[in-house]
Amino acid sequence: MLTPRTEAELAEMVVGANRPLRIMGGGTRSVLPDQDSAGLSSTGLDGITLYEPGSLTLVAQAGTPLDKIEAALAAEKQRLAFEPMDHRALLGTTGTPTIGGVFAANVSGPRRIQVGAARDFLLGVRFVDGMGRILKNGGRVMKNVTGYDLVKLMAGSRGQLGVISEVAFKVLPLPEMTVTLALPDLDDAAAVHAMAQALGSPFEVSGAAHWPGQGTFLRIEGFAGSVAYRAEKLRGMLGGEIEQSTQRWTEIRDVAPFHGAEGDIWRLSVKPSDAPGIVSRAGAEAVLYDWGGGLVWLRMAPGTDLRARIAPFAGHATLLRADAATLARLPIEQPEAPALAALSAGLRAKFDPRGIFAAGGVPAQVAAS
Amino acid sequence: MEMPTPNPVILAKKARLVERLLAALPETAVIHDEAETRAYECDALTAYRCPPMVAVLPSTTQEVSDILRICNEMGVPVVPRGAGTSLAGGALPTADCVILGVARMTEVLETDYANRFVRVQTGRTNLSVTGAVQENDFFYAPDPSSQLACAIAGNIAMNSGGAHCLKYGVTTNNLMGVTMVLMDGTVVEIGGAHLDAGGLDLLGVICGSEGQLGVVTEATLRILRKPEGARPVLMGFDSNEVAGECVSDIIKAGVLPVAIEFMDRPCIRATEAFAKAGYPDCEALLIVEVEGSDAEIDEQLEKIIAIARKHNPVELRESKSADESARIWLGRKSAFGAMGQINDYMCLDGTIPVSQLPYVLRRIGEMSKQYGLDVGNVFHAGDGNMHPLILFDANKPGDLELCEAFGADILKLCVEVGGCLTGEHGVGIEKRDLMVDQFAPDDLDIQMAVKDVFDPQWLLNPAKVFPLASSDARRAA
Repeated sequence: MLTPRTEAELAEMVVGANRPLRIMGGGTRSVLPDQDSAGLSSTGLDGITLYEPGSLTLVAQAGTPLDKIEAALAAEKQRLAFEPMDHRALLGTTGTPTIGGVFAANVSGPRRIQVGAARDFLLGVRFVDGMGRILKNGGRVMKNVTGYDLVKLMAGSRGQLGVISEVAFKVLPLPEMTVTLALPDLDDAAAVHAMAQALGSPFEVSGAAHWPGQGTFLRIEGFAGSVAYRAEKLRGMLGGEIEQSTQRWTEIRDVAPFHGAEGDIWRLSVKPSDAPGIVSRAGAEAVLYDWGGGLVWLRMAPGTDLRARIAPFAGHATLLRADAATLARLPIEQPEAPALAALSAGLRAKFDPRGIFAAGGVPAQVAAS
Repeated sequence: MEMPTPNPVILAKKARLVERLLAALPETAVIHDEAETRAYECDALTAYRCPPMVAVLPSTTQEVSDILRICNEMGVPVVPRGAGTSLAGGALPTADCVILGVARMTEVLETDYANRFVRVQTGRTNLSVTGAVQENDFFYAPDPSSQLACAIAGNIAMNSGGAHCLKYGVTTNNLMGVTMVLMDGTVVEIGGAHLDAGGLDLLGVICGSEGQLGVVTEATLRILRKPEGARPVLMGFDSNEVAGECVSDIIKAGVLPVAIEFMDRPCIRATEAFAKAGYPDCEALLIVEVEGSDAEIDEQLEKIIAIARKHNPVELRESKSADESARIWLGRKSAFGAMGQINDYMCLDGTIPVSQLPYVLRRIGEMSKQYGLDVGNVFHAGDGNMHPLILFDANKPGDLELCEAFGADILKLCVEVGGCLTGEHGVGIEKRDLMVDQFAPDDLDIQMAVKDVFDPQWLLNPAKVFPLASSDARRAA
């Protein structure tokens, strides 16, 4: 495992690489089992470079452990508002999540529907491309349209375009209070409908999830008076009981109902109102709806081709956990339309002409292209 | 501002090009008479003008595809145009180009309240997107000050912001999908009513690419339920430093206002003379607006006012009614017009870290004396997006050049303190040659490599964004 201690060392390692490298942070979000490619981890690039609470901005080296970032933010009563999930229990991985990994995989939790995804908070990146060039894009200010937005392109690129060495991102204040309105006993379609009503209200719902068998949950955050008012308004619209615990949102974020259970794990991004119909075609063993129905987690019988079952559908299905034979047979990511696949391949060829980054958490057919 | 010399080989193709365009489009959609093409000679950066060779006004994605395929085959540059409100010269033609205007593409294609999006043709104006959903109490959040006139196409090209982006984000945070035509005529669908990209985030790189990667003909936009209400508080301070500290303290306290607007003394005086909003005569003025029910607004304003009091404001005026809110906003909304009454002005758009506000304002004041040109500052303080307005006299020889030099110095200062050249207007031609101050040659090269992928012949919106010297080899290829 290569673990550069500086950006310059990272660039030298990429220049010196003579076979594909598996790019990773803490390795907690890897889908594919270890292959024979060499690994390159950003964990040696560790440290908060700049934190200005009054500007809501933090700059850190990519390998900085996520808990170090979260501790620094908590000390100033701030947080990563996009609420990145912890993949370890779901994927059975170990290790320490890094801030670079969060952005490289665009990992967002339940609050994505209110505040946006990880990519929406990323203000700037430094990275090393496949030719070993140290590059930067964006910056550390919240509004920036200077040149092309490669920050968005790097967010979620999963090490296919370059090795991120530093990230600058926006943070937000912690709320004074959080409550959950729990609606019991709704079927999937009624639950998605209720979540749509809540999200279409002026009451700023920051989480909307449906956990079959447990209930449908709406989260409200803010100043105490405001939270009490909005929770009561929503209860007037939809009924239900008000809960104080926030534990449930950690469980939803990390897909706790699937922890330790056998089967393949799929992640489906669709138009919320389409979700119940798609789920009824999927024949899943277990389901969890987040993002008001826009994100559906499915636990499927091993080896099931979910995409074939639910086709045609608009959105994308990602295979997150399966055995090696299934991963070899089914694409991890939703296959793109040919014209888009050509653009993506073109970008990979420009950022990484030698194919050094064509390994790791990248789908086999992408790596081969 | 230097522009590439028109290519005589392309100019010589005009008759054949017009013939092919007329075969693909209705006659009224092809404008080739020299007197008529003059209507497209500039955008809102009016100091620079150049009539295009031809202008086309398609009505459908298919027509856009036909136009681009023809131009691509004939090697003719295409400059996409929304409503022509760019302050950066983003839609400035070259003499050998085709202007592709989306002004006739204004339909609302789909409205979906359950899933909270609209799908529109991109010639639709920003404000009329909200207009299409407001009877159900929804709105489209990005609100550039040109929102009455500017088109969604241009908003996407420039990743436009607005006064309320502290809470709601800019265009890229509210754009869910596009139908886009590539230069070779290929129509692609990216994103849609679902969230986030499956593979690489192509939508993210298209937004803000200044019309250089493709022509976006349809867009899926996130809509939000309107808040129950909104009210501002106005505060006056006797120094920029103190006002800047107050902004920082409000943000640190966990209040997230929907807008924090800042005006300095030259701007306050000009707007007061023009709009008579009753602003205090002080060094710096903040307008902070919050949203919610009446009680929620009171709860937030109480916290904000408590913070402001610690900074000894010379004035503190809380709105209690719609009428008072309108008066507080009146001056801010007339600021550009008021400055325009005094003289011609150039509006800059650099962004800085909020912590650098006092230093940057002091330096701008010093430079103003050196250049002998007055400058007023009015901007979005919560996110550090400054709008210095430099006053000059367009009829006085050399004044425009002096003003541009002053502007360039301010933007270099923004970069120097950790900010950027443009927060929401875009690079266009205006800031093209300053890109080397923010980016190293390799940083520009990797951006240009993205254009190589989408538009290998470099025909879309030529001579924008990248310094001509940097893009020379690619444009000539």
